[in-house]
Amino acid sequence: MTDLYHSQRAMRAMRKAALQRGVIAILDIGTSKIACLVLRFDGPEQYRETDGVGSLAGQSAFRVIGAATTRSRGVRFGEITAMNETERAIRTAVQAAQKMANVRVDHVIASFSGAKPRSYGLAGAIELHDSTVGEQDVARVLASCDVPDFGETRHVVHAQPVNFALDHRSGLGDPRGQIGNRLACDMHVLTIEGDAVQNLLYCIKRCDMELAGIASSAYTSGISSLVEDEQELGAACIDMGGGSTSISIFMKKHMIYADSVRLGGAHITQDISKGLQVSLATAERIKTVFGGLVATGMDDRERIEIGGDTGDWEHDRRTVSRSELIGIMRPRVEEILEEVRERLDAAGFEHLPSQQVVLTGGGSQIPGLDGLAPKILGNQVRIGRPLRVQGLPQAATGAAFASCVGLSLFAAHPQDEWWDFEMPIERYPARSLRRAVKWFKDNW
Amino acid sequence: MQQVTLPRRRDPAPSRWAFRLHRWWLTPSVRRFLRLGLPLSVAALALVWVFSQPANRNAITDMVTEIRRSIAERPEFMVKIMAIDGASGELSEDIREVLPLDFPVSSFDLDLVAMQKTVAQLDAVASVDLRVRPGGVLQVDVTERVPAIVWRAEGMLELLDADGRRVSALDARGDRADLPLIAGIGADLQVREALELFAASTQIDDRLRGIVRMGERRWDVVLDRGQRILLPETEPVTALERVMALDEAQDLLARDLAVVDMRNPTRPTLRLNPNAVEELHKIKGIELGDILQ
Repeated sequence: MTDLYHSQRAMRAMRKAALQRGVIAILDIGTSKIACLVLRFDGPEQYRETDGVGSLAGQSAFRVIGAATTRSRGVRFGEITAMNETERAIRTAVQAAQKMANVRVDHVIASFSGAKPRSYGLAGAIELHDSTVGEQDVARVLASCDVPDFGETRHVVHAQPVNFALDHRSGLGDPRGQIGNRLACDMHVLTIEGDAVQNLLYCIKRCDMELAGIASSAYTSGISSLVEDEQELGAACIDMGGGSTSISIFMKKHMIYADSVRLGGAHITQDISKGLQVSLATAERIKTVFGGLVATGMDDRERIEIGGDTGDWEHDRRTVSRSELIGIMRPRVEEILEEVRERLDAAGFEHLPSQQVVLTGGGSQIPGLDGLAPKILGNQVRIGRPLRVQGLPQAATGAAFASCVGLSLFAAHPQDEWWDFEMPIERYPARSLRRAVKWFKDNW
Repeated sequence: MQQVTLPRRRDPAPSRWAFRLHRWWLTPSVRRFLRLGLPLSVAALALVWVFSQPANRNAITDMVTEIRRSIAERPEFMVKIMAIDGASGELSEDIREVLPLDFPVSSFDLDLVAMQKTVAQLDAVASVDLRVRPGGVLQVDVTERVPAIVWRAEGMLELLDADGRRVSALDARGDRADLPLIAGIGADLQVREALELFAASTQIDDRLRGIVRMGERRWDVVLDRGQRILLPETEPVTALERVMALDEAQDLLARDLAVVDMRNPTRPTLRLNPNAVEELHKIKGIELGDILQ
């Protein structure tokens, strides 16, 4: 655990340094696209005293000064599979964004959706030494959480204290200074495959930049797509990406569950490509231009030229009706949504007070999804678009950029995580000065 | 059969070195150096190299002087004559003598400040203004000193103005008979007091010969017939006025006396001529003899 503290704290320090310099890059590594935003922190919030959340929920602190998107390469299911290819794609995106921003960026906050995220709910409780809760007590209760054995190779990305309880009072946001005997806390820990993080680190290091933070895209798209009362009352955000569909459940403004389904828009394209015998590029074009999920009588008559470049006239002049295309796409979308439903059921989503489901990500733009999704996910489904942030180009305001925008909000206002709290004294090395100070405090 | 090969699409990704170069270029310090520092230093180096060659240096100085000369010698800047206003004939001769100018001369070559200093050093000049008037005229406006008094010292006659500044030498006293005469060493330092004394002695103007500074501390008023009025060091004018009042009342100075001594104001003293003393004794004798006889 100490190791985790150090690596995460180093990243947090780097993020602070980047904020001091005022420029930071956001990198969303997806299966279909890699997006890079360059943020400049010079808004009115930056230099104003605020108590808690500032105006516009704090996103006026920064401004997007550079944005670039490039076709992703070497990424499958949201994981890096070909390092060199991914490195090139990252370079392309970063260079274009830097060029637009006209500044050099050294610090990057990255997010990705794959790498098998798994979330754990942890609980811990301690008896207080004196009746008032202090910083050290919070640290101790966090440290007392029973950490499950998630394996050596897995890496913790998020560890957020979700809830504190003091004696019989639960739902405390900040227990410090309160009086009681027994402090308990619930913590949500999200782990991913360590290899994915190592690969990402390596790619970014090869681009001469430093990683100042990582986040799960399930979490960041939840931040940007769910409105405040949805986050408060409980809602699920489903980010339908290219290679994987990530799920996050929010409650009381905390993420309490995250998961991902290794199915996405790329699979729909693949189905079209196989079903219609066309290239992947053509299939992608047909999907985005003509795709749909609900067939009507009109769609039988609409013929789509699917083309080809074999030189065979018969082969190259093929057409399909739009309803045939819908017939290919719908089962796959249904499958994805069924999978999502399964994960939500496994997480106990039906016990939440509100059953709101928000669909976002590039896949949510398929026409007719708002008709299909309620049949599988329940009545309260809406298609979400990310929050507007200052300076974001029009082309990057769509649902496909939900995790990008969420990541920039995360960069501006990260939630307190485990490692942002003080480390319990017992975990310091035996010869630490702090330990000596504590010994003095205890004995005099 | 024609080979159908699609041209390989270029990789849109920048190479690692291109990426590094781009980032290097975006670094503010590098950018500032390349855009400002490098051109400036190159220009400075080039300049230094050009000036390090003596031939170049000479050529450049020659060129600069040539250009300056061609501008200075334009007819607009040439001064052709000198006009002197406010100076008498003799003084203007002197001014022309101390300003040796070869007309026509360029106004760039005229050092008006130095010329003004030179002219102002002339004794007869109180103040002088020099300027180059349009039309190529060097205008010299002179205010002359006005001689107020003649000073005789060490066998020389000089004209002084009211402040005691020298105006010019004088050949003969008769040339300026209208001005009062002072004499003695140090008299030129107290011209103002001397003028006050002359003003106080208007009723004896026809008899007044002049005023002599005695021992650089006090004045003697010299009248004809060898008469003198010795004045004190302090408040000589008051003392002279007392003598004038006595003269008015009792015709003092018309009598046969040699000196009126006012050096001690509380004890004015008269010194009579020998004849007068004899006469006085005689009169006293007669008066006393009458009684004795």
